[in-house]
Amino acid sequence: MLRFFLYRVALLIPTFIGVSIVAFAFIRLLPGDPIMLLAGERGMSAERYQELQAVYGFDRPYLVQYFDYAWGILQGDFGQSIVTKRPVLEEFFTLFPATIELSLCAIILAVGIGIPAGVLAAVKRGSWLDQTIMGAALTGYSMPIFWWGLLLIIFFSGTLGWTPVSGRISLLYYFEPVTGFMLIDSLLSGQAGAFKSAVSHLILPTVVLATIPLAVIARQTRSAMLEVLGEDYVRTARSKGLAPRRVIGLHALRNALIPVVTTIGLQVGVLLAGAILTETIFSWPGIGKWMVDSVFKRDYAVVQGGLLLIASLIMIVNLLVDVLYGLINPRIRK
Amino acid sequence: MVHIEAQEAAAGTKPAGPTTAWAMRGAMLREFWFYFRQNRGAVIGLAIFTIVVLIAVLAPLLAPHSPTLQNRDALLLPPIWADGGSWTYALGTDAVGRDILSRLIYGARFSLFIGVVVVTLSVTVGVVVGLIAGFFGGWIDTAIMRVMDVILAFPSLLLALVLVAILGPGLMNAMIAIALILQPHFVRLTRASVLSERNREYVISARVAGASKLRLMFVTILPNCLAPLIVQATLAFSNAILDAAALGFLGMGAQPPTPEWGTMLAEAREFILRAPWVVTFPGLAILVTVLAINLMGDGLRDALDPKLKQS
Repeated sequence: MLRFFLYRVALLIPTFIGVSIVAFAFIRLLPGDPIMLLAGERGMSAERYQELQAVYGFDRPYLVQYFDYAWGILQGDFGQSIVTKRPVLEEFFTLFPATIELSLCAIILAVGIGIPAGVLAAVKRGSWLDQTIMGAALTGYSMPIFWWGLLLIIFFSGTLGWTPVSGRISLLYYFEPVTGFMLIDSLLSGQAGAFKSAVSHLILPTVVLATIPLAVIARQTRSAMLEVLGEDYVRTARSKGLAPRRVIGLHALRNALIPVVTTIGLQVGVLLAGAILTETIFSWPGIGKWMVDSVFKRDYAVVQGGLLLIASLIMIVNLLVDVLYGLINPRIRK
Repeated sequence: MVHIEAQEAAAGTKPAGPTTAWAMRGAMLREFWFYFRQNRGAVIGLAIFTIVVLIAVLAPLLAPHSPTLQNRDALLLPPIWADGGSWTYALGTDAVGRDILSRLIYGARFSLFIGVVVVTLSVTVGVVVGLIAGFFGGWIDTAIMRVMDVILAFPSLLLALVLVAILGPGLMNAMIAIALILQPHFVRLTRASVLSERNREYVISARVAGASKLRLMFVTILPNCLAPLIVQATLAFSNAILDAAALGFLGMGAQPPTPEWGTMLAEAREFILRAPWVVTFPGLAILVTVLAINLMGDGLRDALDPKLKQS
């Protein structure tokens, strides 16, 4: 098991170097001179330009720049935002809890509905229930989520007036962030109604972000269940006279969940891609919106640092999923 | 074996087995159609997709108005069934008085065009690179696969967004970016199939018979790896439409006044509470088209890949 783990980690190193090169190259390929961007409308003198080039190290050969940059990353220095002048890492960690909170709620919703729906569809295979669930799942999988979000806003915020349109909490409430998770912080603040406001802000973005993972998990659970239900040991359990509920819940589901765990892990990338759209629609102050805004503001330092941080995050989660998969399924450790 | 009997019954005679290549292809096609037809959803998907293709091809004949003509006297008119709607603008008009129906009809052209270009690009590059990786192995394989890992390490839409920012916003650049983020899947799939086929007897015998490397790669091995590739290509087609619409929505895809569905949604965003129809229809068009393609994809998978059969 340790060898398997170390092998997986070793495999990450070249990928990580590759990712850092890509992020580094992007900032140099983006049109427009980042230093002229600093000057804005006013422009700047030739001397000042030279000076700033030296400050940012843009006058040195690319290779030297890259190693300098890589050395900084190893020490936790991801550069600083051109627009806000704050360190990229600091901005990332300020905004990250908002994305985690949203993503966690979305994945809980997706797993909580997706797995039971998939099991139900498999057990009632061929019935109208199965067809309805699978039809809904394929529709969810095909959903342009940016449009889905707008539709939900039209209906629940516009027509019914149940939920707010954007943000994380009503402006009526203010408290210093403790954990960065609005649900927890609003409870800790002790202000009446704050928690309710945080929940109402979270509902629509959660539904939107959960849509595609939910559909994928339901489809995957159904096909994994169908495969397992045909196995000999399930037939044995049935013929022993065990209650159907026990056979499905204990014997079949446990094994069917093995591939589903991998699917859930792979949804992290989907969630982060979805967060870009969801956070933009609902003005959710997380890293997805941060990246989109930075691309539009041409804040190259943030784009570079953000790309690297987000890719690293996905790689680490994928590694954990692989290890977890190795733990629950000894056959693949070879 | 039911289907073989059914085919024989349909043919009226028991075939002595396909003799020519054409007969064999015909038999394979019939078998494919037999399985495809079993999946009702797939047939519905195919029907809808055919309609979308027809709409795209016949757009100039079908559209009642020009997709870009602005009418200052008809701003944000509601669709026909709402109060104040009229047959002149059956699905209403947008904020600058353009006919939404006509824009949707022309939009079908863009979505299908995006799908075709992206799939062609990503399949061609992906299959060639995958064949090279799988066939040659060694350090070439390692290098290629690590590069693909790097591309897959980024959330696809984020990578596409940054790529388009570099290349400059626009439909063509959006398609290139999406093709780039989709092709690693084809590389991986092709490589995996090649690895499993490479040491089969038919390949070895072709090699012994003196087939060149190119011939081994493209003529001997590739046709036997096609089934999963076709299924993946269908998925890529629908993903391309979704991603291009998402980029358009973020303002990085097709630029206004192009009647691309995602771009239409971006332009309509500020009117969502005042004029919900300008938001509803373009998204519905995306959903229906993508859903039809995904339905076909499920049917193709059932028909082409016995291992993946949903049963």
